[in-house]
Amino acid sequence: MGDFVLNVNGADLRVSAPAEETLLSVLRNRLNLTGTKYGCGEGQCGACTVLLDGRATRSCLVSVESAAKAKIVTIEGLEQNGKLSAMQQAFLDEGAFQCGYCTSGMILRATSLLHERHNPTEEQIAEAMEGHICRCGTYPRIVEAAKRASRLLAEGANR
Amino acid sequence: MKHRDEPVTEIVLGSVSALPHVSELDRRDFLKVLGGGLLVCLTQASSWAQESGRGFGGHELPKELSAWLHIAADGQVKVFTGKVEVGQNIRTSLAQLVAEELRVPFDAITMVMGDTDLTPWDMGTFGSRTTPTMGPQLRTMAAAARQMLLEIAAQRWHVDPAGLTAAGGKVTDAQNARSLAYGELSRGEKLVKTVSSEERLTAAPEWKIAGTAVPKAEGRDFVTGKHKYPSDITRPEMMFGAVLRPDGFNATLASLDTNAAEKLPGVKVVRDGDFIGLVAPDAFAAQRALAAIQAKWNVPAQPSNKGLFAYLKNNPENGRDDGPQHVSGSVEPALAGADLKLEEQYTVAYIAHAPLEPRAAVAEWTDGKLTVWTGTQRPFGVRDELMQAFHLSPAQVRVIQPDMGSGYGGKHTGEAAIEAARLAKAAGKPVKVVWTRSEEFTWAYLRPAGLIEIKAGAQRNGTLVAWEHHNYNSGSAAIGTPYSVANQLIQYHAAKSPLRQGSYRGLASTANHFARESHMDGMAHGLGMDPLEFRLKNLTDPRLQAVFQAAADKFGWGRLKSTPERGFGIAGGVDKGGYVATCAEVEIDAASKKVRIRRIVQAWECGAIVNPDGLRNQLMGAIVQGIGGALFERILFADGRILNPHFAQYRVPRFSDTPQIEVVLVDRKDLPSAGAGETGLVGLAPAVGNAIFAASGIRLRNMPILHYA
Repeated sequence: MGDFVLNVNGADLRVSAPAEETLLSVLRNRLNLTGTKYGCGEGQCGACTVLLDGRATRSCLVSVESAAKAKIVTIEGLEQNGKLSAMQQAFLDEGAFQCGYCTSGMILRATSLLHERHNPTEEQIAEAMEGHICRCGTYPRIVEAAKRASRLLAEGANR
Repeated sequence: MKHRDEPVTEIVLGSVSALPHVSELDRRDFLKVLGGGLLVCLTQASSWAQESGRGFGGHELPKELSAWLHIAADGQVKVFTGKVEVGQNIRTSLAQLVAEELRVPFDAITMVMGDTDLTPWDMGTFGSRTTPTMGPQLRTMAAAARQMLLEIAAQRWHVDPAGLTAAGGKVTDAQNARSLAYGELSRGEKLVKTVSSEERLTAAPEWKIAGTAVPKAEGRDFVTGKHKYPSDITRPEMMFGAVLRPDGFNATLASLDTNAAEKLPGVKVVRDGDFIGLVAPDAFAAQRALAAIQAKWNVPAQPSNKGLFAYLKNNPENGRDDGPQHVSGSVEPALAGADLKLEEQYTVAYIAHAPLEPRAAVAEWTDGKLTVWTGTQRPFGVRDELMQAFHLSPAQVRVIQPDMGSGYGGKHTGEAAIEAARLAKAAGKPVKVVWTRSEEFTWAYLRPAGLIEIKAGAQRNGTLVAWEHHNYNSGSAAIGTPYSVANQLIQYHAAKSPLRQGSYRGLASTANHFARESHMDGMAHGLGMDPLEFRLKNLTDPRLQAVFQAAADKFGWGRLKSTPERGFGIAGGVDKGGYVATCAEVEIDAASKKVRIRRIVQAWECGAIVNPDGLRNQLMGAIVQGIGGALFERILFADGRILNPHFAQYRVPRFSDTPQIEVVLVDRKDLPSAGAGETGLVGLAPAVGNAIFAASGIRLRNMPILHYA
């Protein structure tokens, strides 16, 4: 067991965990930040995606030790002062979910994409999101949500 | 005299806990919490008759309650149903139906679902049954409650109830310019009444809340991560469990060494017959301890993918055949006299549901009572499993189903619930068990594989004269042809499945439609007829005709001519009250022969639409999910082992597989609403297969078709 300080959603959180335990496991099982989901544990489904220094990263493939150096943003950290982020709002407006289990990962991946590319095409969105599985098959609406968020940001909404 | 199965509504007004006849329910804490207000219970006429035969005012409510509705003093409405929300949006659509009939705003409704202590017994959420059964039941209760409130107000004001209106959560007397909120009216004297079910339901053309695109209830919690799925539940002092799995199906344990695992801090190994599991203080420690267990297994030789379909055909369940489902006329002579005869075999593979949230449960024992939070489509079925496993009474088990990371028919059972309960009992603390992805692929159950054989004959003018359809193992759903054929023999042959199999979204409807609609396409081409024209010629069902026409019109069917690089196909059918027609456009790369679905147009009709936005979402999802089974999903197995239990090996549809999708909704406000969860899948595979044939001349008769192309 080691002691780590994780910067999660702007707060420094102390946690004791084996150095090789995954960030996903630590977030869910030690910090009770359950918005980050387990889907496969093998980097194949994207449900566990968080932002590490602004980049979408699969938390099931990152050890707590290596994550301790980064600024971590989980789905719980996107809302600011009761206001949803542009991407959250866009997912809500488009109804871009069914069971919603993949939604955290989808929102964070799409958020990361819009950091890199303000106005992506549908093809670019699909390519960026290819590693994310929605078993309910909501892909077309997720693409629409990403486009909507891009428009909202262009109009000056909060990232 | 009421018809035996006609629902009646019992109205109980006043302080619930004070009513003498609710003693059977009084133990339920929530009723005490509810306190006063209006409680409406729906029951069946049969049990009502028994109760009233003994003189109602007796000692308990009829046992066959199917739903409850409570109006509190503050006007908030709670609706209790054993149905569960798994992404299909019934938390929203059922609340719309109640709000509509009760004349309250949508936001006044809270749905309490899938909690065996709080909701009436329910068989489970499957078979597209929620909308056609629970929908009318809740509407009936709400309409009866509304009528009761009107009558109470009329009594208070000493006026004729006919002059009063119910709207916006209150009863208004327009003539005298006064109104009373439902909450105020529901404070009153004890009152018990039966109400007949039918006369007050609001017809769909008059709907103001039902029939509209109300956004998903509690949608914000899904984009903020606040919603707690079954695998997110935590309890004080909770430990984490893990279960040792055999090396293969039907394996027996040869040797076991748990010493290393037991030496790890805080780890307790639990052995109970064949069950070997452990608990640990955290999830990481539990997995590490599991890996430290040394076990050797003897796995017997078992069937594999190779030869599977011959195996299914030659191994009937119980060693016998139950005979045909349907026979009309005489197939053999009709075939002998037909101008065109076509006989083919079709197959579908075992596929996995692979819900993104695997099986999960948290179990807690308190003073001999077991509470389990778990993801299941059958909370009462899981309660039964727990009662049996631990020899408990219904009152000693509570199963709670938080809205889960879906199921698609794959979560009818309570494996994780039993495992967590067993470990929690041994540990003396609450325990969480979350299956790994590999466990979910291997130890859950699969959609059945199947072999389908069809023999059919038609006259030169396109009239079908004979149809014989045999399905081995995959199931009997939608096995009957919707086309008019004078001579038919339709038979499902249950088989011994080498793998554990069970329900699946659309189940056998997908396989039977794939075979039938591929065969119809083959017949049309054999006759030199347009595939749509051939279908319409043999159809008399106007609802099915209508969706075929709607899909074809939107797609531009008559104007599109297939080429070797681009094919157009059509397919359709009906099951569980839902009518579907699907048009597909595929692109085939000339050099690589790679197939890509470019465009899907799907027309859909299921009676009066309750929520068009939720319906579109669900149908789009069905099309996308259908792409997996149609093109590439399949379970590979040999010698009792699943060979591809990971997403890296078992391909599911992803963004790049998704074509342009257009859904055409046919809203029949004159017809009862049917469920839409399943049948939206069934047109995709044959439409795509038919489009590939139209482009290439190659008929693909095995799902997933890309593995056989």
